[in-house]
Amino acid sequence: MLRLLWLIPAIPFASSIVLALVGARISKKIAAIIGVASIATSTVISILLTWSFLGSSLPKNSYTQVLWTWINVAGFHPRIAFYLDALSLVMILVVTFVSFLIHLYSAESMLESEGYSRFFAYMNLFVASMVTLLLADNLLLLYLGWEGVGLCSYLLIGFWYSDFKNGLAARKAFIVTRIGDTAMIVGLFLLFQHLGTLHIQELMRRATEQWPAGSALPIAAAALLLGGAVGKSAQLPLQTWLPDAMAGPTPTSALIHAATMVTAGVYLIARTHVLFTLAPPVQLAVAIIGAATLLLGGCSALTQPDIKRVLAYSTVSQIGYMFLALGVGAWAAGIFHFMTHAFFKSLLFLSAGVVIDAMHDEHNIFKMGGLRKELPLAFVAFLVAGCSLAGLPLITAGFYSKGLILSEAWSSPQGSAILWLAGVVGVFLTALYIFRVIFLVFFGEPKTPVTKRPAYKIKIPLVVLTVLSVVGGFVNLPPVLGDEPWFTRLLHTALPSVGQEHFGLLTEVRSEEFITLAFLVGLGLAYVLYHRRRQWVEVLVGNRAGKALHEFWFSGWGFDWYYDKLFVQPVMWFARVDKSDAVDTFYNGVADLNKLLYRGLRRTENGQVRWYAASIAAGTVVFVAIALFL
Amino acid sequence: MDAMFYVAAAVAILATVMVITRLNAVHALLYLIVSLLSVAVIFYTLGAPFIAALEVIIYAGAIMVLFVFVVMMLILGPKTTEMERMWLVPRMWIGPCILSAILIAEVAYLLSRAGVAGKGTFSVGPKKVGMTLFGPYLIGVELASMLLLGALVGAYHLGKRERLEIQDVVDSDATRIASGGDLVRPGVGGPSRAA
Amino acid sequence: MFALGLAGLLVRRNLIFTLMSIEVMLNAAGLAFVVAGAHWWQPDGQVIFIFILATAAAEVSVGLALLLQFHHQNKSLDADAASQMRG
Repeated sequence: MLRLLWLIPAIPFASSIVLALVGARISKKIAAIIGVASIATSTVISILLTWSFLGSSLPKNSYTQVLWTWINVAGFHPRIAFYLDALSLVMILVVTFVSFLIHLYSAESMLESEGYSRFFAYMNLFVASMVTLLLADNLLLLYLGWEGVGLCSYLLIGFWYSDFKNGLAARKAFIVTRIGDTAMIVGLFLLFQHLGTLHIQELMRRATEQWPAGSALPIAAAALLLGGAVGKSAQLPLQTWLPDAMAGPTPTSALIHAATMVTAGVYLIARTHVLFTLAPPVQLAVAIIGAATLLLGGCSALTQPDIKRVLAYSTVSQIGYMFLALGVGAWAAGIFHFMTHAFFKSLLFLSAGVVIDAMHDEHNIFKMGGLRKELPLAFVAFLVAGCSLAGLPLITAGFYSKGLILSEAWSSPQGSAILWLAGVVGVFLTALYIFRVIFLVFFGEPKTPVTKRPAYKIKIPLVVLTVLSVVGGFVNLPPVLGDEPWFTRLLHTALPSVGQEHFGLLTEVRSEEFITLAFLVGLGLAYVLYHRRRQWVEVLVGNRAGKALHEFWFSGWGFDWYYDKLFVQPVMWFARVDKSDAVDTFYNGVADLNKLLYRGLRRTENGQVRWYAASIAAGTVVFVAIALFL
Repeated sequence: MDAMFYVAAAVAILATVMVITRLNAVHALLYLIVSLLSVAVIFYTLGAPFIAALEVIIYAGAIMVLFVFVVMMLILGPKTTEMERMWLVPRMWIGPCILSAILIAEVAYLLSRAGVAGKGTFSVGPKKVGMTLFGPYLIGVELASMLLLGALVGAYHLGKRERLEIQDVVDSDATRIASGGDLVRPGVGGPSRAA
Repeated sequence: MFALGLAGLLVRRNLIFTLMSIEVMLNAAGLAFVVAGAHWWQPDGQVIFIFILATAAAEVSVGLALLLQFHHQNKSLDADAASQMRG
């Protein structure tokens, strides 16, 4: 059964090629069937594999399937091989399942758009690359998947390429993630040069043997890998591309920029956790980046009028939580939050998609209102997902995963009270911004009429994800609520568990209480500001300080402006200055030199006999001199 | 013998200097003849009487006479002399003098490295020259005769006087237009009916 | 003598003087040959001189014919006036 592992990336890859080749000639129905069925097959195989994996006991708790040796040169021989352990199992299960639901959704939602089969080709290629990334047993194959998802992200953000703005957004995404990718490849070079292999398990073993903790080499390698993760996961300082990436179709945003691709960075750090453990400063940096990003994302999400941009900043913020978990050593908690986040964030995007479609492509939440009667399913879905995002106590998945992260942030040896506090403030902000959206969109007076309602292909994923957003957290119950950490137990076969140091001032119960408090405060404030007394918002934003703060948060804390001034403007200036191309002038200079010499020589042909005779005489003198003296 | 050689050499060089600095062509030619005659004397002192005779007969006698005839034909009047005076400013002499001086220096250096020539009173008579000429150098003789034939034909052809009349120009223009050609022809002056 | 002929060739603009200077140079070359032949007491130098003589004769006849044509065309004997072949 485990031998079917290779089919999980292979089937979507094959279907992507088929769709690319014949997609223009087949009907939309066939294209949808091919596209969705391939992912469905992968999902079924992952479920079977999960069953098989949990049932059997494997040596080293992992299973490797080698397909062939990819490169074999000078002692460098990465293979095309897939490595299945608890971590990758959980991730491919979530990825394939959520992808299947989103593909089903998009089979209906993308019907009006042109390029239907192209869309499915790109989406399938994306799933194939993502699964390759997750299952890779060496860093080079992982990098292949990494680049693949980056490519598909570019293709899908700029899917409606006839609008120039989409192309710009796609380009920005690609370039910013490229910066991270470059850091990562340099990290791979470093690792290979010093440890001689890129096979992950072997790499981890050699690193622990050869590199003392805290020395320069693991710090450098981990920092470079962190650079790659930061780029792909849209964390500080490379988070600027994700809000603009919302130019793509909604299923893309749901799949790539919420549930899967942006978590690739989280996966990378979890996979190479040994390196990060050997480099405590870098691990601390991970936590700090996570904390800072979650606050930045939360503040920015509070000011956005575009519903998808709110969700984009929310993604940035939630991945900050995952980074925070990884930074304090709570590896399993980070992956747990990934799973629940995949459920509720994709649900948020899908229901937002339903709303946008129903509003005839209107994205501005201030132009929506009162939709809870018109689109009941979307309302329920969005509400449940939003509560899960904010962490409604006890009955939502997000509560459990966030709670786990925050209690580990307090109690882990690398954790600290400041990080915990940042997380709690983040809970408050999250509740505030998501309920802002809920109250503005679904309550109040209707502003724009509804033109479209979803059919079954959209309804099914929404229902399934809603259920999962509620029950997804029950796989890991904290001690005070049942003490059945099945999920973390499973993951601890692949990842180290976190030490519990200072429970001190704050027991886990009290931590949960603070979180609940933050949630309720946020919910209450949102209710007051956006449901009852909207004019207070105007007052807050009306005065000078409020307006400045609003502008600052709206622009994502001004990062686009910094980068423009710091990088884009100098490069453009240089391009303008170098318009005549300094390098070309060298080659033109050679040509000009020739012309100069030509003109000089031309003057010697003046048609005068005496001049010619003189040159003959001079030449003779020179030759005789050479013959004499040399 | 030595004294005669040095005297003749001095005369030759002096005469050559006069040749290249005269304004009047005929004067220069006469000096050139003197130079050639003194070179003939040098040949005699070197023991090459046959060549000395040939120098006088052919070079000074035929070639220079040809020169004189042509110069006479050209009727170079005082105007030409004026032009020559204008052209021959001392400034013009600087470059050529430098080049010639360097050349002389190089040759002098070469000669100084070689051994001193021993002069013999043994003279090589015409009989010996004739035998060498028609012996190993026979092919040279044949080639020289062909060269002279070519020169003969060329001189005859080039010597033909082309009467440059205006009517000729107009006629030839008309024929050219009639035959479809254009009026742009190379060179200034008359049509080149020569080959 | 050769150097003097060379200097004359380079300085004088009148074509007749150019031809005269060439004659001087040829004569000087022939003198060198004869001296060389006399040094080794062989007739070869004189034979070469005969050839040089023949060459000079041919060259002079053709050269003077050309000179006459030139004079006819340009009405002057200025060598610098004949510079139509400039590049």
